[in-house]
Amino acid sequence: MPNEYPIITASLLSKIYKTEAIETMALDDVSFKINKGEFVAIMGPSGSGKSTLMHILGALDQPTSGEYILDGKNVESLSDDDLADIRNKKIGFVFQAFNLLPRTTTLRNVMLPMAYAGVPKEQREELAIKYLTMVGLGDRLHHTTNQISGGQQQRVAIARAISLDPAIILADEPTGNIASVQAEEIMEIFKKINEKGHTIVMITHEPDIAEHAKRVITMRDGKIVGDIKNTKRITYFHSHK
Amino acid sequence: MEISEIILESISSLTLNKLRTSLAMLGIVIGIGSVIALVSLGQASQQSVQSTIQSLGSNLLTISSGSQRNGTVRGAAGSQATLSNADATAIATSPKITTVKNVSPEYSGRSQVITGSNNTNTTILGVVPIYAGVHSVSVSSGSFITERDVNSMTKVAVLGPTVVTDLFGEGVDPLGQKIRIGSQYFTVIGVTTAKGGSGPSNQDDRIYVPLTTAQKQLFGVKNLTSIAVEAIDATAMTTAVDEIGYLLLDMHKITDPTKADFSIMSQADMLSTASQVTGTFTTLLSGVAAISLLVGGIGIMNIMLVTVTERTREIGLRKALGAKKKIIITQFLVESVILTFTGGILGILLGILLAFIYARLTSGAFVISAASIFLAFVVSTVIGVVFGWYPAQRAASLQPIEALRYE
Repeated sequence: MPNEYPIITASLLSKIYKTEAIETMALDDVSFKINKGEFVAIMGPSGSGKSTLMHILGALDQPTSGEYILDGKNVESLSDDDLADIRNKKIGFVFQAFNLLPRTTTLRNVMLPMAYAGVPKEQREELAIKYLTMVGLGDRLHHTTNQISGGQQQRVAIARAISLDPAIILADEPTGNIASVQAEEIMEIFKKINEKGHTIVMITHEPDIAEHAKRVITMRDGKIVGDIKNTKRITYFHSHK
Repeated sequence: MEISEIILESISSLTLNKLRTSLAMLGIVIGIGSVIALVSLGQASQQSVQSTIQSLGSNLLTISSGSQRNGTVRGAAGSQATLSNADATAIATSPKITTVKNVSPEYSGRSQVITGSNNTNTTILGVVPIYAGVHSVSVSSGSFITERDVNSMTKVAVLGPTVVTDLFGEGVDPLGQKIRIGSQYFTVIGVTTAKGGSGPSNQDDRIYVPLTTAQKQLFGVKNLTSIAVEAIDATAMTTAVDEIGYLLLDMHKITDPTKADFSIMSQADMLSTASQVTGTFTTLLSGVAAISLLVGGIGIMNIMLVTVTERTREIGLRKALGAKKKIIITQFLVESVILTFTGGILGILLGILLAFIYARLTSGAFVISAASIFLAFVVSTVIGVVFGWYPAQRAASLQPIEALRYE
C-alpha cells in the first residue's frame, strides 16, 4: 500500500482575480490532500479553476487566502528566494508548451535546474544523460530543441522535471500540444516514473488521458466536484505487477 | 550558482541568438562610432587651421609700415613707405634689442610674369636668405636666394609650386629656365616645397627674388613693406614687441606711441584670432556630438528594452525552474555588460576608422581625442547596462506565472 504521508495539504484555498470592474473567483475554498506516490489527474472544463490550482500548487502564484503545505512546509509564509528554492528542489514542472530554452541542446535544458540548485558540474551532466536516456532520448543529447519533435521536447521537459528528484511533478496539459500516438508514449513515461515513487499531479481536460491516473479530481467553477479512485487503473497496475 | 557559471550562461545566451545580439550591438557600435568620428573631425579641422597658421613661422613678429593719415581718414596698413632697410639693420644690430634671433626685411609687390605662351599675375617677394629660416620655407629642388645674389643684385628667382604649374604646366623642370617679370628676364634657380593654403595667403603662389633686385630693378623703391622678426623663443615675444616698438619710434622720431607709423603683429595675435574662430567651431561640434550621443543613447536604450522585455517569458521559465531573482538579474546584467563592452570597442574602432578615412580623403590631420572615446564609451555602457538591468529586474520581480504568460 502507498505511504500515507501527505505531500500536499491544501486547506480552503481561494484565488480571486481582480480586473477594473469584475472580481472573478477562480478558486473557491478548495481543500484536499495528496499523499506521496499518488498519480492524480485534475479534470474540468476550461474556467473551472484547475490551472489556477496548478499554479498555486507549483508556487508560481500565491492564493488570495487559504493554506498550502508542501512536503511539510507552509508555502504561503515563504520569501521570494525560498519559493524559488521550493520550485527548484521540490517541484518538477511539465508545461503544455514544453517551455524549453530555445535553440539550446536537450542536455543543457535538463542541466539548467541542477545548475540553479548548485549540483556540481560533472554530476549534472551524468544525471542529465541518465534521465534523458530514461525518457528514451539517449541518442538526442546534443540536438537542440528546434531539431526534435513536440513529443521529444515534452520528454526532455519530463527529464528536466525529475532531474532533482522533486517531491511532486506538476504536469499542466502535458499532452495538449502533442499528437495522440506520442501522447500515449508520454503517459507511459509518467506511469513509469510514478512506479518509481514520484508523486504526479496532472491537469487535463481529456478523459482518456485522465484514465492513466490512479485518482481523478474533477473541478467546476472553482470547486472540487468529484474525487474518485481510478479502480481500473489500480487493477491494471496490480495485475501488471 | 557561481558567477563564472552565470557568465558562461550569459555568453551562451548571447551566442545562441546571433541576430538579436548583433542588432543590439549594431546600435551601440553606431552610437559610439559616430560620436568619436564627429569629435575627431572637428578637432582635425581645428588642428589644420592652427597648423596652417603655425606653418607661417613660429615665434614670428611682423612689422608692417603704418597707415597713411590724411587728416582724420586712415588708409590701409602698409600704404605708407615708412619702413626702411636701415630699420631692419637697426633691429638686427642695436644693443637695445636683446630678444631677437633673426630679422628678415621684405618687399612685396605684384607683377605680371611671362614665360613662352603662359603668363600669370602673382606676388613678387624681395627677400634675403634668412627669409627661408624665419618663414620655414624650404626648396624641393635647386636652391634658395643666397647672400651673393642679394649683394650682387642678380636676376634669379625661386618659384612657388603653384607658379611653376601656372607657367610651365605639370611635370616640367623649371630649373635654369628664363622667366620674364615685368620687363626683365630672371633665371629660375629653385622651387619651394608646397605648403598648402589658398587665396592671397597662398604661400605656394609666389616668386622669391633677391631683396635688392626687387627694390632697385623691379619696383624702383627704397623702402620695405614689412620686416619679419624671429624672437629667441615664444616667451620673449612681448619683450621683443616692446623693444622693437621703442627702437622704431626712436628712429622715426615719434614721441606719441599712438601715432606710430608702423604696426607690430605677432603670431600669437593671429593664433588667438584663429582660436576664437575654431573655438566657435568646437562648440558647434561638441553640440553635434552631444546630440549624436543622445540619439545613440536612445538607440541603445530602445534595443535593450526591447530585447530584454521580449525575454520576459524566458525569465518566467527560469524562475519556475528555481532561479533566484538575484541570479536572473546578474545574468542579464552580465549580458548587457558584454554586449555594450564589445559593441563599445567595435564602435571605437569604427570611429577611428572613419576619422582615418576622413583624414586620408581630405589629407588633413588624423586626430583622435581620448576624452571623446572615454565619454562615448562610458555614456553608452551606462545606458546599455541600466536599460538591460531595468526590464530584467522588472520581469524578475513578477510572479513567475505572470512572466510565463507574458505576451
